[in-house]
Amino acid sequence: MLKPVPAPPDLLSRLFEGAGFTISVFFQTISSFGSLWRRRVEVVIHTQAFGIGGIPVTVLVGIFTGMVVTFQTGLALYSIGQAAQVGVLVPLAMCREMGPVMTCIILAGLLGSRIAAEIGTMRVSEEIDALEVMSINPIPYLVMPRFLAMCIVCPLLTAYADFIGIGAGMLVAKSQLGVSFQAYLNNAKEHLEFKDFYSGLLKALVFGSVTASVACAQGLRTEKGAEGVGLATMNTVVISSVLILVLDYVLGWFCNVFLGVGA
Amino acid sequence: MVAPGPLIDLVDVHKTLGTKHILQGMTLQVNRGETLVIIGRSGIGKTVTLKHMVGLLRPDRGKVLIEGRDISSYAQEDLDRVRMKFGFVWQNGALLNSMSVGANVALPLREHENLPDDEIRRIVREKLAIVDLHDVEDMMPGILSGGMKKRVSLARAIVRSPEFILYDEPTAGLDPIMSNAINELIVNMKTTLGVTSVVVTHDMPSAFRIADRIAMLRKGRIIKIGTPAEFLETDDPVIKQFVYGEEEGPDEATEV
Repeated sequence: MLKPVPAPPDLLSRLFEGAGFTISVFFQTISSFGSLWRRRVEVVIHTQAFGIGGIPVTVLVGIFTGMVVTFQTGLALYSIGQAAQVGVLVPLAMCREMGPVMTCIILAGLLGSRIAAEIGTMRVSEEIDALEVMSINPIPYLVMPRFLAMCIVCPLLTAYADFIGIGAGMLVAKSQLGVSFQAYLNNAKEHLEFKDFYSGLLKALVFGSVTASVACAQGLRTEKGAEGVGLATMNTVVISSVLILVLDYVLGWFCNVFLGVGA
Repeated sequence: MVAPGPLIDLVDVHKTLGTKHILQGMTLQVNRGETLVIIGRSGIGKTVTLKHMVGLLRPDRGKVLIEGRDISSYAQEDLDRVRMKFGFVWQNGALLNSMSVGANVALPLREHENLPDDEIRRIVREKLAIVDLHDVEDMMPGILSGGMKKRVSLARAIVRSPEFILYDEPTAGLDPIMSNAINELIVNMKTTLGVTSVVVTHDMPSAFRIADRIAMLRKGRIIKIGTPAEFLETDDPVIKQFVYGEEEGPDEATEV
């Protein structure tokens, strides 16, 4: 006898529910900034932990992104006799796109997963319920310090990755393409504007806040024990990475139209 | 002014979690100064009942009255004010693992009172001494035994001198000696601090030791409420089966 086909899970409603909860966490976090002074110690502790924890991977991202971009664009430019133009392309690419996107995707994996696992474990071990029964709101107590730490750390590490990437590009340009340091730097100085740099940091700020909101919302919604924590962690990395790529295009357009970046 | 009537009053409370209709018209009153023990099989909704009392869960239908006021539709700020009157002892302790024992016990004071550090340390030491713990302030929760975690959880619950203490399976997973020590602490909380307690358990020796009244939960409703003596003398086969832990009886071992 044929079994009835089970109704497909209502993915769309779950998706909207999750998105709504994440947006609600974001706005509740913004509205809890009034307790910033009270939570200053937690903000400093998380900023320090996230910042120091993120440095090694940022260095690697900066070095290899800068090297790859220089090598691939350099080969194309070399073939048309314009190898020195890597000094224009690489710093622009690093500051506007590669620095913020690559750094923040890696930080979404490193720090987003850490936040989701921390808060998720607290949820399944009833620590968050215990906080609520003690009349301690988990948003200002747990979420806001981590959110602010991400908003500080992501732009700082992105700036770090930008400089390292430009430096690594300079070394590859010299060793692989025969472009002198002087030519590379002259081209960079001539074409790189300050708005190219700060538009990238603005992107990193948005990416950091999005990753923190997604991670905290996933952590707060965790259920079903260790399996749930694993799922929350995975969802955080996947959702944050996809949102970073989508928002990168939107913010690129915004920076072009409203800040005149690339105009 | 103290409202007349029961301190905690659950009126026809219904709650469905997932596809399971856990509470199916639960009605229960808790009186001032008493220790009420809720018994029932695992997974029957005892903890769900406790969570309704502190607003962690809201009923799908029915009322949860605390001192005569229905908290089921309260906004967060009002709920926080009501929760200030409660202490909650969690089954697994629910201590914040990133903080020392002393910081855990001090947390409600640091969040809600404006006291100097010395005074907070003194109160924390005093409350830990009440639960018979000494020089543990600097230890981390991860290295504590189950019994110690529950006692620290109790110290945290009483640190702001609550009017009500709710205990979720306070003796689950403990050896008989530690269970007795926890039972004595629960009795002491009533005699020395005069608090009203609701204890959820399926440990019958513990229930008979600490209860003024016992309520039995089955299929989402309270099927009997009475003194420990009334439970011992009952002829109801369902209650007798549970109280004496008999395998044969109206309830199957696998059925919940």
